[in-house]
Amino acid sequence: MAELNQIGRVVGIDLGTTNSLVAYMQGDAPVVIPGVDGSNLVPSVVALDPVPIGGGRPTVTVGNTARKALIETPERVIYSVKRLMGRGLEEIHDELKLFPFRLAEDVEEGEVPRIRLGELKFTPPEISAYILRQLKRNAERFFGAPVTQAVITVPAYFNDAQRQATKDAGRMAGLEVLRLVNEPTAAALAYGLDRAKVGTIAVYDLGGGTFDISILKLRDGIFEVQSTNGDTHLGGDDIDNLLLTIALDEIHAEHGVDLRRHPGAVQALRKAAIDAKIGLSTETAAHFDIELPNGDRYQRDIPRAVFELLIEPVLDRTAGPCKQAIADAGLTPEQIDEVVLVGGSTRIPAVRQLVDELFHLSARGKKPHTELNPDEVVALGAAVQADILAGASKSTEEMLLLDVTPLSLGIEALGGTVARIIQRNSTIPASATEHFTTGVEGQTNVAIHVVQGERELAADCRSLARFDLRGIPPMSAGLPRIEVKFLIDADGILHVSAREQRSGQAATIEVKPTYGLTDEQVENMILDSFDHAEEDFAKRLLIEARNEAETILAAVERAPASPAWQQLTAEERAAISAASGQLNDIKRGEDPAAIRDATLALDQATRRFAELMMEAAVTTAIRGKTMDAADEDLGEAVTAPHAMAPAEFK
Amino acid sequence: MLKVLDSAVPIACWSCSIGHNDSTLFCPHCSKIQPPPGGDYFQVFGLEPKLNLDLQALEHEFHRLSRKVHPDRFARAGDNEREWSLADTALLNDAYRTLKDPLHRTEYLLKLEGAEIGEEHSGKDRKDPSRVPADLLEEVFDLNMQLEEMRMARKMGEEDPALEESLSEAKKKFEGLMAAVDHDLRTQWQVWDAGEKAARPAAQETMVALLDRRRYLSNLVRDVTETLGA
Repeated sequence: MAELNQIGRVVGIDLGTTNSLVAYMQGDAPVVIPGVDGSNLVPSVVALDPVPIGGGRPTVTVGNTARKALIETPERVIYSVKRLMGRGLEEIHDELKLFPFRLAEDVEEGEVPRIRLGELKFTPPEISAYILRQLKRNAERFFGAPVTQAVITVPAYFNDAQRQATKDAGRMAGLEVLRLVNEPTAAALAYGLDRAKVGTIAVYDLGGGTFDISILKLRDGIFEVQSTNGDTHLGGDDIDNLLLTIALDEIHAEHGVDLRRHPGAVQALRKAAIDAKIGLSTETAAHFDIELPNGDRYQRDIPRAVFELLIEPVLDRTAGPCKQAIADAGLTPEQIDEVVLVGGSTRIPAVRQLVDELFHLSARGKKPHTELNPDEVVALGAAVQADILAGASKSTEEMLLLDVTPLSLGIEALGGTVARIIQRNSTIPASATEHFTTGVEGQTNVAIHVVQGERELAADCRSLARFDLRGIPPMSAGLPRIEVKFLIDADGILHVSAREQRSGQAATIEVKPTYGLTDEQVENMILDSFDHAEEDFAKRLLIEARNEAETILAAVERAPASPAWQQLTAEERAAISAASGQLNDIKRGEDPAAIRDATLALDQATRRFAELMMEAAVTTAIRGKTMDAADEDLGEAVTAPHAMAPAEFK
Repeated sequence: MLKVLDSAVPIACWSCSIGHNDSTLFCPHCSKIQPPPGGDYFQVFGLEPKLNLDLQALEHEFHRLSRKVHPDRFARAGDNEREWSLADTALLNDAYRTLKDPLHRTEYLLKLEGAEIGEEHSGKDRKDPSRVPADLLEEVFDLNMQLEEMRMARKMGEEDPALEESLSEAKKKFEGLMAAVDHDLRTQWQVWDAGEKAARPAAQETMVALLDRRRYLSNLVRDVTETLGA
């Protein structure tokens, strides 16, 4: 599997709310790179291990391992961090009511919020960087070579600050982000590889936390986005919350138990809610059966019809953006040839029904496209775009993606209104030039406020940046003519330059992004690790492989002490013992690939044991045995959405 | 994060040093990408400044040039080429966006000729009564009264089907007037494109007036649509 010495490979990364994936182009087809546990999906969950005995900085774990810590030590775990990316303090306030995370107390207005995780504090881009570093390592392990360049996907409706935060995260993880690609567009690329060459397609992307709709025109390998719309805070999470709220309320009302006060229990109940939701996509009813701290049982049937009524308001929120996107593209639903479904939430039959109605599909004898796994299609498309950028492959050399900016760019004008300078759905890169002058004799500064959004008043739009044009030569009022050029690049990120035309002087611009980290801050947050020591890459691979082997061996050693061990059959126990004996021998060798294979074999052998452990943890948490460990008051609101259940099912 | 970009225009190709016409995106000798050329949007596509355009040919040329200049083609190139590819593609996209739309195209060409045309920034111009076309004064006055009435009714949560009907009819009427403007504009395009020097100033003046009228009508229709839809 490892193709050695292919330096300069560009990978495609889907940095998702719930799960993240890394993929690459294998010949002329994109494939997902599995993690060391063999799974394609890395849950977007980051946990802080306990402080090592004797002090020192605790280790950060990512993915499935981190997810397991969610029930036992919820105060040391963070998930769905994508919802916080590029957002200011006041914006995430509502969000935090739904999340069990706590802000660091010393965050000031205008600063990037920091989240408290155990005894440490992290900004959202730092958390994302840990996820990205894990994906980078998975890819490096797979290739047996360093990976330093990547394409990362973002929701099409992400604004400038959210995009910049994602790019910052890449840099912190030691990745040069060659391009940010919009998720629905990436999905279109993945489908477009082997589809008809001409036509208009719509991509409906309902993920864990975001919703996007994009309409594209395909022609001879050119993927030209016509329009895009969406909601960066709408997804499967919202559906989980509905089910969870019902369960919490009913448990409180019928059994007098207020589980909201116990984060571990809420997380465990959320897992049950997610399982119910997933089950309802294939079954006609789901069943809750949960043992409560007071010994009662909470039992409830949820017929699919009830579920569909419940989620209708959430799904309806996707209709408006779809209609707007169709109108912005200057089309009618009948003119859309194909609809592609992306994101785990599109497995819900009611979602498919809604899409069918919005695009008049069955009326035209059509069906939406679901051939590619909706959890993987975005990562696969990112790999296609990575291959286009690498420019070294026949299969993608005719392909080109022309994307658009999702939101209009404007400048605050007199009276607080917005003067729009780049309209939404303009193909990017796009630019606009504006002229400014002074209002007072001898004035040497002009302040400019740049906003993003569709509302008439600047106060209702998203503030992007404020900046001062300085060093204007003193002249009479109205005489200076300062030309300011706004340019949105291919990542959807804004750049500004200015020049005073009468004097020919380049005015200095001091730009203060409304939200975001400075270059220096990003530099200081680069994850310190041996990631940069590419010269001893082989040594590093060996160390990593041995570390992984040690981790799983230590867990297996502790296993017989667990009640779950008793539930295993004699054959299962013998298989575990054989696999761990073999790994113990091989790990002393010098071959990282052999160590990894043996680690994987042991992981496979212990899979059922791990499941039993997980079930036991959930039961314990609901019974309230871990409540002392996680004694936190979450207030009235439901807690956060998260990645408890991998959305892998057929 | 925002950054300052800067660009300079060399006279000779940066790569092969052979001098070239500065309205080209690529060096005609060595095919290397060049800094953004100084010409207008028509020149980007190698077109004469005319108002009747073959839109299919325009799209085809847009795709052909995009394949060559897009930043995706320069992801691993040097800093200069990357920056030029970005600036060139922005220019190409701006040019295509302007030229493919008949109104934007007309406005752009008239501005190139030095005509002054009201900016289409939202907020501005919308309520300026001095801009009401003289022949519409009375109707606009009535319409505004009705719109105000409608908004009040909506605020109070009242239904007024008669008023709604009357507004819908007004909307249809103004849409009809817009279509008439579009037709008149196209007539003027022919005059302009025929290229007779003597006829151009009058055509230009007529088009400026038509564009102003159209903008006014389009704002009215939008107001009615918003009020009815609210």
